[in-house]
Amino acid sequence: MSSTTQVSSRGRTWFQALADKAQSVNTGLGSIVVADATWGGERVRLLAIVPDPQNRFPRARHGELGLEEGWTLAHHVREAISADRSGTKRPIIAIVDVQSQAYGRIESLLGIHLSLAAAADAYATARMAGHPVVALIVGTALSGGLLAHGDQAHRLLALDDLQVVIQAMRKQSAARVTRRTVEELDELGKTIIPMAYDIRQFAKLGLLHELITGVDADAPSAAQIARVKERLAAAIADIRKNPGDLTSRLNNPDAKVHRAASIEVRRRLAEQWEV
Amino acid sequence: MHTTHDDNPITKERRDRFLKRQSIIEMRARQRAQAILDPGSFRELLGPFDRMESPWLPLEGIVPESDDGVIVARGQLGGRPAVIMAIEGAFQGGGMGEVSASKIAGALGLARRDCESGKPILPVLLLETGGVRLQEANLGEAVVAEIHAEIIALRRKVPVIGVINGMVGCFGGMSITAGLCSYLVVLPQARLELNGPEVIEQEAGIDEFDASDKHLIWSLMGGEQRYETGFADALIEDDVSALRQTLQSLAARGVPTRHRSENVDEYRRRLAKIDPAAPPDGPGLRRIWPRGEMQ
Repeated sequence: MSSTTQVSSRGRTWFQALADKAQSVNTGLGSIVVADATWGGERVRLLAIVPDPQNRFPRARHGELGLEEGWTLAHHVREAISADRSGTKRPIIAIVDVQSQAYGRIESLLGIHLSLAAAADAYATARMAGHPVVALIVGTALSGGLLAHGDQAHRLLALDDLQVVIQAMRKQSAARVTRRTVEELDELGKTIIPMAYDIRQFAKLGLLHELITGVDADAPSAAQIARVKERLAAAIADIRKNPGDLTSRLNNPDAKVHRAASIEVRRRLAEQWEV
Repeated sequence: MHTTHDDNPITKERRDRFLKRQSIIEMRARQRAQAILDPGSFRELLGPFDRMESPWLPLEGIVPESDDGVIVARGQLGGRPAVIMAIEGAFQGGGMGEVSASKIAGALGLARRDCESGKPILPVLLLETGGVRLQEANLGEAVVAEIHAEIIALRRKVPVIGVINGMVGCFGGMSITAGLCSYLVVLPQARLELNGPEVIEQEAGIDEFDASDKHLIWSLMGGEQRYETGFADALIEDDVSALRQTLQSLAARGVPTRHRSENVDEYRRRLAKIDPAAPPDGPGLRRIWPRGEMQ
């Protein structure tokens, strides 16, 4: 956890910008940063994954979500749930810049699937306990990364930036699994929205609450940071007014166009549920 | 609940039991759902004649199927209401697309509505899946996240039971689904892992993981290994009646006091004791993380 070897990353940049000198919570890991910032008199818990070249698990040194990272996120989300049990439920913000999950033999053996499940579980539990949960996507959100750290939020926000990439799998691996070339994948992504890697295409799916434009994602100015905070605060206020579950991702004009099948399946299932 | 091993020599009793077995693995998803539910009680929802097909696969030159590879069926299990959500591993490797995943998320949501209004129904997931269907990528993943949300909400009311029968296994985002289930049943032929062997080899290199090394794969993520190290609750032989019995006895346990994915302190303690420079192998992990030792 030595600060002299801190590797810069978007996750760290935005964590520091949004934490605004708040004392970091000791997570015991160099790869997970947590702080309780105070915004307009309200305490907000921020969590991010950052590169840690000294990570004792070698496959999790570049900002991947590894075995300890998933369980540690779960711990710090649950810590806020317990602490706020009888008080104001502090908002929880997942800052998303995740290379991928960690790929390796030891990760397989020790159950990385459960580590990611634990993180998803904790965020969903916070959401159901009444904490406004927001994910702010500032960099890559590849593979299992978003499922564990972000997808269970009430609202997803993202920076409108070329390096903000959301996909189920990195291109090289997706090509191998689907027996395609990377060029073929790129070509498909141009016409088939869910196959695209860029955030503007992703935004058409109705999954994003807001795409924040005009922000330098690598080196934000003070005014840009203030604006992102303001958009996050607006999302938190929106959640407090209308919490719900993940169905807001289906009840919006974009989803009606590009997720018509999702809506239709749920409608017809409900029709057929009772005889 | 371990019914696989039997060190006795082949006796008449063993031979007869083997001959009476009705294989789950050899069935397709629809037959599995029919076989699990009490005879005559199977009722499929959004079946093939409803023609809810993937809108995306034809755009990529892939022939869709009229059930999109997921069977949702209501019926009774041991006389109690149940809903089976069975993934067909033979279609697109059981990959979760927009429609197939929405069928599962939607059914889980309706089961929750029933449970909340005092009509308990047992949800059972047959997880025969490579994970997110990469041809529908971000939408598949988005709906898998909805499945996770639904399971986490529903399992407070009723145990959600997952089954991995094999041979496809349960990978990717759907291995997270397995991790969220109240109880997980595996067959020896099952594999459970976030990362498929080919993907680990692609991402980490062949020195880290040789995807053609079957022994390595089974020693890390095989059904028996997962059961012996506490990542699954029951290991059963490939037989329908064994599965039916196991599902009923797990359902009778009710909602666990703490789900596996909530056991944060214990897993953090366990991981802290692991030295990544001298990691255990499969058999080694069985010694240090034996099943039933969870605090």
